[in-house]
Amino acid sequence: MSASDPLVEVRDLEMHFPLTRGVIFQRQYGAVRAVDGVSFSVARGETFGIVGESGCGKSTTGRLIMRLLEPTAGQVFFEGQEITNLDRRQLATLRRDAQMVFQDPYSSLNPRKTVGSIIAEPFIIHREAREANERRKEVRELMDRVGLNPEHYNRYPHQFSGGQRQRIGVARAIALKPKLLVADEPVSALDVSIQAQIINLLQDLQSELGLTLIFIAHDLSVVRHMCDRIAVMYLGKVVELAESERCFSQPRHPYTGALLASVPVPDPSISAAGRRPVLKGDVPSPSAPPPGCRFHTRCPKAQSLCSQEEPPLTEMPGGSLAACHFPLEGYSSSS
Amino acid sequence: MSALLTVNDLKVSFNTEDGIVHAVEGISYEVEPGKTLGIVGESGSGKTVGTLTIMGLTRAANTQISGQAIFDGEDLLSASERHMRAIRGDEIAMIFQDPLSSLHPFFTIGAQLVEAIQVHNKVSKTAARTRSADLLTMVGLSDAEQRLSSYPHEFSGGMRQRVMIAMALANEPRLLIADEPTTALDVTVQAQILELIADLQAQTGTAMIIITHDLGVVAEVADEIAVMYAGRIVEQASATELFANPQHPYTRGLLDSIPRLDRDRSIGLDPIAGRPPSLIAPPSGCAFHPRCPRAFDRCSVELPPLEAAAAGSEHLVACLLSPEERIEKR
Repeated sequence: MSASDPLVEVRDLEMHFPLTRGVIFQRQYGAVRAVDGVSFSVARGETFGIVGESGCGKSTTGRLIMRLLEPTAGQVFFEGQEITNLDRRQLATLRRDAQMVFQDPYSSLNPRKTVGSIIAEPFIIHREAREANERRKEVRELMDRVGLNPEHYNRYPHQFSGGQRQRIGVARAIALKPKLLVADEPVSALDVSIQAQIINLLQDLQSELGLTLIFIAHDLSVVRHMCDRIAVMYLGKVVELAESERCFSQPRHPYTGALLASVPVPDPSISAAGRRPVLKGDVPSPSAPPPGCRFHTRCPKAQSLCSQEEPPLTEMPGGSLAACHFPLEGYSSSS
Repeated sequence: MSALLTVNDLKVSFNTEDGIVHAVEGISYEVEPGKTLGIVGESGSGKTVGTLTIMGLTRAANTQISGQAIFDGEDLLSASERHMRAIRGDEIAMIFQDPLSSLHPFFTIGAQLVEAIQVHNKVSKTAARTRSADLLTMVGLSDAEQRLSSYPHEFSGGMRQRVMIAMALANEPRLLIADEPTTALDVTVQAQILELIADLQAQTGTAMIIITHDLGVVAEVADEIAVMYAGRIVEQASATELFANPQHPYTRGLLDSIPRLDRDRSIGLDPIAGRPPSLIAPPSGCAFHPRCPRAFDRCSVELPPLEAAAAGSEHLVACLLSPEERIEKR
């Protein structure tokens, strides 16, 4: 299910962080296989979600797409161009076209700079809006656009609340009108009533600027609300890749099913029914992933085949891709 | 049934360099044996400070506390520190949000559990250790004997939270206070912990106060729910009633601003405008009025009392709108 005109394409991406021992003579004794063979493509204008629990490699994948990390193996294409071997100067173009919004609005803004100069920085780095006046005008427009009061131009980040800081981060990210925005858990540090404000802002900006959005989150209800297509990751692998609606109404991979069933529903009449099959245990360590299917140690449907052979990502009836020997059938979220 | 804990007009404020922070502005509630009260609110709503105060954990020179917290016929707010120490961890236990910072990194799990037991009971170390192993088994950790010699860093977040629960239940408390017990955990692990808490509560009959910002979590575990905003309870009802008939514009706003798996995806989110108020200079009248889509002139002057939503109803709400106006669609 590759998009016809992909903006981003990821092929067999791997990121293994080495584990070393010793201070002067470092020896590698293993690796954290954070991302271990991930492939997908994201179409222009699409919102692509990456979900999973902590340690599944979703953030690392986002950073690899931005080339904030050098992959161990595999390729990332941006507008058809491979970016994994670009030099510094060529990277500058990518940095313009692909921007990131981070999870923590406290540590991702320089506390010593005013909001105005934080948002103006992309213009300076990429030598746009050279005149100070012009720059100030652009910044004020951006602040207004993301719902900040332009009069607060000279304030410092600590004078803003978490939600407002996240707006500053968004303003900085869209300053150069990028083609791609990678948002890594942009709302998980925010209060419930503020989350919705940021979600709506991202959606408005996307349709206004024709952005392609890669949305990384652990909160399934937020991802479902935002995204057209979703990749579910588990221990460095994509286990299911499907249209958002299908992924939630008819999950194919048992892990997706279990994730959905684990989300508490704010309605006591539903939740009281004891509907959920609780998954046993914790996510295994990514430095020693289980053989075969990585989910088999926790999977309610696992059989002996699952511990021996790794299932490939294959197309299921209905168009979803799932990596499972014994995929779920006829599941309906309403049951 | 008579209440195990009755909180009466509890007020807590802190003197700070910036001014007096009015963290809790007069809250009252009851917790019955075997029941679970959920306290929901956003950051800064006073949900945590209120329960910390009941436990005697906010006592300091710069804190003013008034009101009563009657536990078992005795006011905890005026109890001596020595007496509170005897109650804490024995009659009333607490589970905190972050299991890594609530366990001591230098001591084994076993040593910490044994200490928790021996502080309140005159038992031998061996007996306490056996009891510790039983507790770990009860909270679903396998190889309990071996786990006792492990250090907290060797455990995952979910396992640490299980240890915290084991420690809290060590002396069979009559009241368990869980402050955001699953917020730091992944969803699949959160589901395990919520189920564990519910099972253990059914077995032991412990009363519980669960504090959370997550409406889904509170819907799963609580019998009664109190919604807090800017230091006050703005709405209180049974869980089923609260989610079926939310009355306060803030509660309704919260419910409208979360994306839900059980609803159509195309339904847009309707966020609450603005942000939570400063607790140093809270808004006049109803603290929610600057953000309230239904606010009218009286709201900025008059403080709405928490009273029955309709005559004789147990559903309490603090809002100046008439009952008919409250349930109107905006």
